[in-house]
This record gives sequence, C-alpha cells and structure tokens, in this order.
Amino acid sequence: MRNLHAAFPPPQPVGGAGAVRPSATEGSAANVAFDRFRRQLAALTGIEVAADRQYLVEARLAPIMRARDIGDFPELLRRFERRESEALVREIIEAMTTSETSFFRDRAPFDVFRDQTLPELMATRATARRLRIWCAACSSGQEAYSLAMTLDQSANALRGWSVELLATDISQTAIDAARAGAYSQFEVQRGLSTTQLLRYFQRQGDGWRVNEHIRARIVFQEFNLLSNLDGLGKFDAIFCRNVLLYFDPETRRDVLARLSRALADDGCLFLGASELAGERHPAFAAPGSDGVLRLRGRPRPQLRLAHAV
Amino acid sequence: MKQVLVVDDSAVIRKVARRILEGLHFRTNEAQDGRAALAECEKGMPDAILLDWNMPEMDGFEFLCALRKMPGGAAPKVVFCTTENEVGHIARAMHAGADEYIMKPFDQNIMRSKFEEIGLV
Repeated sequence: MRNLHAAFPPPQPVGGAGAVRPSATEGSAANVAFDRFRRQLAALTGIEVAADRQYLVEARLAPIMRARDIGDFPELLRRFERRESEALVREIIEAMTTSETSFFRDRAPFDVFRDQTLPELMATRATARRLRIWCAACSSGQEAYSLAMTLDQSANALRGWSVELLATDISQTAIDAARAGAYSQFEVQRGLSTTQLLRYFQRQGDGWRVNEHIRARIVFQEFNLLSNLDGLGKFDAIFCRNVLLYFDPETRRDVLARLSRALADDGCLFLGASELAGERHPAFAAPGSDGVLRLRGRPRPQLRLAHAV
Repeated sequence: MKQVLVVDDSAVIRKVARRILEGLHFRTNEAQDGRAALAECEKGMPDAILLDWNMPEMDGFEFLCALRKMPGGAAPKVVFCTTENEVGHIARAMHAGADEYIMKPFDQNIMRSKFEEIGLV
C-alpha cells in the first residue's frame, strides 16, 4: 500500500481547493463538525458535498461506524479529522467516492471512440503504432473493460500496435474489484449484449468473470486525480466520465487543466454527458456534436481514408 | 407504440414483466405457453417476444422454431428469459434464433438495456 499522505495530501486550511466556509448562521456543534468534514473531504478528494446532505453522508458512513463500534457521527468525524488511522481515512474516502457504473454506460461515447476517435488516432500514429488510453476513474472496472472490449473489436486493425490501457481510481477497494473482473449476473446484464457476454466472460460461481485475454490488457492502479499527473505521461484518449460533476468549480477547473496537459496534442477527452453544463475551459475547444473535448488550437486530424488519392 | 408479447407459464412473471415493459412504453399482451403464444402471433405479429424457456405444452425452443416458419415470423425480436445461466444454454438459445437473452431475476434497467440492444428502446 502506498503512503496515504503521498496520495492524499493533508487537508488545506480554509481557502484551499474545494474549501467550504461554514456560514455564520450554522451554530450547532454537529453542523460545525459536518462543515469541517465537508471541507476536508473536498481538500482530499475534490468531492463537494452539499451542506444539506448530512443525512446522506451519515447513511454512507454508517457501516464504518458499526464495524468500528463508533457511537455517533461527530465522533467518527473527530477521528477522521485527526487522521486516527490510514485505514479509517481510506474507508471513509471509499464510502464517499463509490458511484454507480455499468458496462458501456451511455453507449454513445464508446461508439464515438470506436468509429471516430480510434480511426483518427490510428491515422496520425500509423508510423509509431502506439496508443495510450487512460480510464481515469474506473470504479469497479466496467468502463475500463468496456474500452478493452471496444479495442478488441478493432483487433484486426490494431494488429502490430502497442496499445496501453491504464485504469485508475482513488479507491483501493474499487481497484481490487476492477482487477478481479468478477461481476454478478445483475451487473453483466446491464449494458452488455448476450453476444459480448458469451465472448468476453466465463461463468464463475454464481457470477461471471472477464476472460483473461481482456483482463491482461488493462493495467489497474490506485490514483487520486488531485495528485500530480506528470508521472503518467501523455495519453491519446482519456475517459474521465461522471467524475467532475462531484467536484466544486475550482477543483473542476484545476483537474481539467491538468488533464489537458496529460493529453497528446490531438488527443481526446471523454467526459460524462453535459457534465460541464455550459462551463468552458481555456485549454479545450468547445465540444463538437460528438461531445468529445479536444485541445484548443489543435484541429481535429483529418481522417486518412485508404482509398484517398 | 411497439407491441411485446410476454410468454411465460408463471402468472407472476408475466405480471412483473408486463409492468416493467409498460413502464418502458411498450404495449403488451401475454400467453401462458408456446401454443397460446403461436395463437397470439397468428392474430397479429408483435414487434418483440419475451420468451420463457421451460413451459408445459410447447416450450420456448419449440415455439421459436415454429414462429420462424410462420409467415412474418422472422420479424419479431425474441428475447429469451430464463433462470438458466450456463454459457452453453445461452449459446444454444442464441443459435436457435433468439436475438437477446435475459436472466431472471431482472429489473427495469436490465430489461431496458436488453431492449436497447435489440433496437427497440
């Protein structure tokens, strides 16, 4: 396990990224404690919890309180504040960052990737024959495996290419689950066609497991999007869907700026549908009709057709 | 509005499936076995059929073979719906001419994704 404080820097004082100031009208000790929790969670993960969502947070953290025999919510927050243990901080972050996912979620981005992005990238990299793709918040792995299956559909065209697929998530539990590639019958039925299920999965106990040849294509790694991206290198396509919407605007801008620097000049960033809700970022051109973000000043590469003269 | 015929010998499954499909804006009718389902198809071909595997009288396989030989019987999309979740079973159903396969238990999200897969949602 990596050092927690390397992955999750200590909380910043009021005014740091994602800081939320308690309002003067909130008087009770519980409210003040919850406000401090929101502020620290924002600093650690970028996730913004609305002030009126205390009951939801309590519901998410209740299993941790039960497991650790912690009597009340303020006590849990106190232990979190003083970073009582690395494990506790990690459990709280994981409970707060778990989100719903499914195979080929929203479908359209994967079609765009297969039909437009991939041919464009392959045309401009025909000499190097190298592609790097990053699934930046892979949760329990469905999006990363959806990408691996999409790439498998182009296996003939990609023969002889080096294709690197990196999948990261802030949650170690999610990464472990993603790496195992084991899903319940319910999970495999959501978004996967029966043809895909038969081709890419095998039965395992009561559930299903992704076949080894697909699992082996993905490198899974725990990673916090708020930490330094420089060590990761440049990617030709980044999927970071349905993550930014949990961040406050300042953190969202910061993450977008850093993602733009991790993107090849003609690379593509896939966000969730209408995730930016009209916000613009200086590094990126306005999204095209395909909803994909490209860096500003870098026109979309021309698709070289095999029969072009 | 597209029409879906729900074929299952369990009245409870028929009721649940119809409620889910109607929630997805389909019109539905039902049959309790393959023979009754063929009679429904003779009255009017549905756009899709949610088809149980094991039924008295005429099971899902026999029904599917008979359906595909009927005039217009190639048109309906067929979604096999069963508790059988072995790869071999699923592959056989697809080979027999099913368009999709749904494993019980299911919910509205799963039903929606299967009907998206066959192009009806």
